[in-house]
Amino acid sequence: MATTEEIRASLADIVNEVAGIPADDVQLDKSFVDDLDVDSLSMVEVVVAAEEKFDVKIPDDEVKNLKTVGDAVAFIERQLS
Amino acid sequence: MGILEGKRILVAGVTMDSSIGFAVARTAQEQGATVVISNFGRALGITRRIAGRLPEPAPVIELDVSDDEHLATLGDRLREHVDGLDGLVHSIAYGNPETVLGGGFLGAPWADVAQAVQVSGYSLAAVTEAVLPMLSRGSSVVGMTFDATVAWPAYNWMGVAKASLESTARYLARDLGAQGIRVNLVAAGPLQTLAAKAIPGFEQLEGMWAERSPLGWDHQDTGPTARSVVGLLSDFFPATTGEIVHVDGGYHAMGA
Repeated sequence: MATTEEIRASLADIVNEVAGIPADDVQLDKSFVDDLDVDSLSMVEVVVAAEEKFDVKIPDDEVKNLKTVGDAVAFIERQLS
Repeated sequence: MGILEGKRILVAGVTMDSSIGFAVARTAQEQGATVVISNFGRALGITRRIAGRLPEPAPVIELDVSDDEHLATLGDRLREHVDGLDGLVHSIAYGNPETVLGGGFLGAPWADVAQAVQVSGYSLAAVTEAVLPMLSRGSSVVGMTFDATVAWPAYNWMGVAKASLESTARYLARDLGAQGIRVNLVAAGPLQTLAAKAIPGFEQLEGMWAERSPLGWDHQDTGPTARSVVGLLSDFFPATTGEIVHVDGGYHAMGA
């Protein structure tokens, strides 16, 4: 079972790979759009990559609720539990 | 044995697994085809990841239909994966959602309208021309339209661009018929793809479509559209060209 920090770190690597944002900036309290400048197209790719990485399904309707890195990590944690 | 056994197909315009192009690629593979898929720019990263969700691995190539260099080198880049083509699927359209789609019709700048017509209409001819040396008798070109004979809510200049696509397909059918190459379009009902979600107000169409279509309509199911495209790619429509096949639950035939 992955810890919250392990999920955050893996997600940070994905955000770095997709959008070129330093992984250290991808902290739980950061907003994808407002703090990290992840636009909608990059967010789609982050979601696809996260689905592959964590073997979870993130429905389109859910994506708009994932405003912060913490929201996304919590959603993935719930899917894995 | 599938109806596309041994056929080599380029599906141009695959983004998410909710895209029509993805569904066509999957169904074509299930029917025995070798499939190459394309996309361009930043969306290419999504396509490369999504390609892994197809039944078989599919090569991903970059094709920006408004880039002359991409078109000029398309044949050579395809030949790295296939030695010819039996089918081309054009599942490509773009219009600036802030100017040519949604809201009112008037006020769109010509540059944005020109881009919509180039990417969504003219490109059917441009891509077909680029791969023409790889096509042969019995090959099939299939594009995606949204019935451009009438005006729709929100669709605006994309409707105009689709009218250019429909006309382009007829002229291609005229000129390629002597070589035994068919050119057809599928007019699907509204589908909730990534592209459709970017059209402000497109959801207005979904409710009325399901209500009016004699067969009903599921705007989340790309399956019926994909199977119809694969039908047109196959040898089962050998005397059909210049046609627009409605895959819309029968909506187009109803007055109300």
